[in-house]
Amino acid sequence: MITIPYLTAVSTYFSYGLLFAFGQLRDYSRRIFDWWSTNNLHGYAPICLAHEDFYIRRLYHRIQDCFGRPISSAPDAWVDVVERFSNDNNKTLKRTTKSTRCLNLGSYNYLGFGSYDEYCTPLVIDSLKKFSPSTCSSRVDAGTTSVHAELEECVAKYVGKPAAIVTGMGYATNSAIIPVLIGKGGLIISDSLNHTSIVNGARGSGATIRVFQHNSKAILMLLHFPPPAHLERVLKEQIAEGQPRTHRPWKKIMVVVEGIYSMEGEICQLPEIVSICKKYKAYVYLDEAHSIGAIGKTGRGVCELLGVDTADVDIMMGTFTKSFGSCGGYIAGSKDLIQYLKYHCPAHLYATSISTPSAQQIISAITVILGEDGSNRGAQKLARIRENSNFFRAELQKMGFEVLGDNDSPVMPIMLYNPAKIPAFSRECLRENVAVVVVGFPATPLLLARARICISASHSREDLIKALQVISKAGDLTGIKYFPAAPKKQEEVKDTIKLD
Amino acid sequence: MDTNLVEMFRAGLNWVTMALDAPSARVVLFGVRIQWHIFVEVLLGFVIVILLSQKSYKPPKRPLTEQEIDELCDEWVPEPLIPPITEDMMHEPPVLESAAGPHTTVNGKDVVNFASANYLGLIGHEKLLESCTSALEKYGVGSCGPRGFYGTIDVHLDCETRISKFLSTPDTILYSYGLSTMFSTIPCFCKKGDIIVADEGVHWGIQNGLQLSRSTIVYFKHNDMDSLRSTLEKIMTKNKRSKNLRRYIVAEAVYQNSGQIAPLDEIVKLKEKYKFRVILDESNSFGVLGRSGRGLAEHHGVPIEKIDVVTAAMGHALATEGGFCTGNARIIDYQRLSSSGYVFSASLPPYLASAAITAIDVIDQNPELLVKMKQNIALLWKGLKDIKGMSLASHPESPIVFLKLEKSSGSTKEDLLLLEKMADRALKEDSLLVVSSKKSFLDKCRLPVGIKLLVSAGHSESDLVKVSESLKRLASELLL
Repeated sequence: MITIPYLTAVSTYFSYGLLFAFGQLRDYSRRIFDWWSTNNLHGYAPICLAHEDFYIRRLYHRIQDCFGRPISSAPDAWVDVVERFSNDNNKTLKRTTKSTRCLNLGSYNYLGFGSYDEYCTPLVIDSLKKFSPSTCSSRVDAGTTSVHAELEECVAKYVGKPAAIVTGMGYATNSAIIPVLIGKGGLIISDSLNHTSIVNGARGSGATIRVFQHNSKAILMLLHFPPPAHLERVLKEQIAEGQPRTHRPWKKIMVVVEGIYSMEGEICQLPEIVSICKKYKAYVYLDEAHSIGAIGKTGRGVCELLGVDTADVDIMMGTFTKSFGSCGGYIAGSKDLIQYLKYHCPAHLYATSISTPSAQQIISAITVILGEDGSNRGAQKLARIRENSNFFRAELQKMGFEVLGDNDSPVMPIMLYNPAKIPAFSRECLRENVAVVVVGFPATPLLLARARICISASHSREDLIKALQVISKAGDLTGIKYFPAAPKKQEEVKDTIKLD
Repeated sequence: MDTNLVEMFRAGLNWVTMALDAPSARVVLFGVRIQWHIFVEVLLGFVIVILLSQKSYKPPKRPLTEQEIDELCDEWVPEPLIPPITEDMMHEPPVLESAAGPHTTVNGKDVVNFASANYLGLIGHEKLLESCTSALEKYGVGSCGPRGFYGTIDVHLDCETRISKFLSTPDTILYSYGLSTMFSTIPCFCKKGDIIVADEGVHWGIQNGLQLSRSTIVYFKHNDMDSLRSTLEKIMTKNKRSKNLRRYIVAEAVYQNSGQIAPLDEIVKLKEKYKFRVILDESNSFGVLGRSGRGLAEHHGVPIEKIDVVTAAMGHALATEGGFCTGNARIIDYQRLSSSGYVFSASLPPYLASAAITAIDVIDQNPELLVKMKQNIALLWKGLKDIKGMSLASHPESPIVFLKLEKSSGSTKEDLLLLEKMADRALKEDSLLVVSSKKSFLDKCRLPVGIKLLVSAGHSESDLVKVSESLKRLASELLL
């Protein structure tokens, strides 16, 4: 929970109100203007009603240049952002051939595998030449190659479970697996901040869905409540009540949580959630999209960081896009579970199998992380991302920014709140050659717009210091330093210690 | 006698009236004399008011106590997460040791591959491998971000432009996974309350999209235009034509589950008559049907503007991964912000996008690949014409050659096991990879099951002869 200053809340509501009023005025005048020109739909219903895309047309198009920026190089620590221009007030944007080299604080490149890697890329090119980009077939027909079999074993060993199944897209993994495991008559209890793929999978399954409040550590310490209190209350109520209307007992209950929440940067309280689920005999589904490979001593994710035994988590899911620089998703569980999924999961039976070079990239990345390629680059990367995240977060907090997220998490949202600050911050940073990501409604609640920084292991200390200078300048210009800055005296003392 | 009784009655009545009048004999209120009946009426009025103000009877509420809740929680026993594993679930698919081209290696043996949707034989093509290698060296493997947050690489934009140019449509949007294309596009345009008329044989991706859209779905008989016409007629007469109610027809160009080809010209005629919009899935017809491979619209001579939304998975003729959707600019623009599989998912790896561009270039420059593939299909049909126990159920021009079981044993499970045995024996004895139908319990399609053969331009005549002989032999051994 974020406590928004009163004045900021008032000014944010006012800004949105003004934008909304202007938008409605323009819509109204457009309707009058169009009344004269004939409607050429010929009896078809409009494919999109006026109020459905009001937000897109009147609010989003104004700041469209802050999103969807194309790049023309690999998403590494420094990236070439293509310049775009618009002739019609940001409604359409056209590419130019020029590009600017910017520091990349927006890509999910936690361990630095997002570009040419000296160990991984030659192996990937070899597998490309041997197996070609795609198998054009689903896994059960002719889409399983030796690389796929090796990949599943490798992932299972890395995550710490007996077996694993791999699909070609992280989003589709959730949408296709949850309906197989739980159906009508079951209950899914999901965290209020879960990702859209989990929500879609849960809706597609036909089970009843209940939401529990995401308890952040900050508010818990404030209120002295035991952690996930709301989860326990929801579980108790639901088991006692049973299915809606018939009150029959539930067939099974599944609690779905994520490792790191990408919009808050917070790590879930896994030990407490697992103990509650054990007590009430619910199954735990852990989505480690952002945390696998990025946190924990050997990068094995939130279970390693918080000391939870992987046998206690029934289903562990994750994606390979963020830390391994590839694509696809996996589910790890017991051997029986994976065998059952392989027989019934639609993504396994009907969809094209994951591209073989991508699979090879994952295997090579895991080899590097575990140090099995003979060098200690993996351990260096893991140590560097931890150092970088903690350094960056501490410096931002010292400057007075409101930064969310826990220690060790490489995702750092900086609160902006006002809608006008969203494009201002983004454009100012781009002018100084730093590429940041800003998020507003509907990915976040209406009042809580933020800029999200993703730190990578390939950022060097100089890169981070430059980024801090630019962000500080942009922050001063937009007025987002909501907290008082740490007094300068402390910094001088730190400097003297460094010189020693 | 009578008069006595009447006299007595009258006296009694007089006496009662006097008794009742007595109390109010001298009452005068507001200048009006109050009679005794006023009191009765006032009493009645009070009784009515009291009765009306009473609350109706409700049984008392007794919420569960903490102890009862705890007891219920202790008693509750969940079902196991998965049902027990049976013998047939342990079946392992064949593991390939080389590229999935027309010939591949399984367990060290050379095997003829009829299970890859590699219709134009582009797997292993040098131009594709070259462009992929240069893309890998430049961009690495993954794109590390969704399209909105620095995941848009110039290769993606080039790919979208290339596909638009190839199909002569205004705009295209790329998806990162073939299966997610349909189940992200449909919920984008179809919301609760809209009407969708879909073919009953559509594949799982489309079914999932229909379910997620929460619209009213009506199925029509597989590829039957009369059934479609009567369904549309029924819908249009039942509902008053509401101005804001959107209506769609969803069909596949070449059905994955049966190999039939949809008669697009008739669908377009029906759509224009009843004012429906068409969403067409061209996964298995892009690069295959039509004189130059431009899909079903070219095959039937229908201008592509008449189809409102065209989607396709690129994991078939284009020998790469991912999917795309084309249509007019408004539709594509809307999807860029509201399609969940596009906004909330990482973008396609750049080397696969550059493979798609090269594949389309190859199709443009080599129209003889299409001719070869069509010849192969015709040859295979000739070879399989008199197979016993199965019949050819697909369209003669479709690259998916579907042999359906003529006599079903009654249970789909038994049929699937039999077909699996047939495919296993084809692999073991004759070194042939064929596809036997597989069904997940989530799949609602009820079409007949059978063996699928995916014909490629890279197959030689001897391959086709081999597979026909093998299947005829196995069918006569196992199915009679």
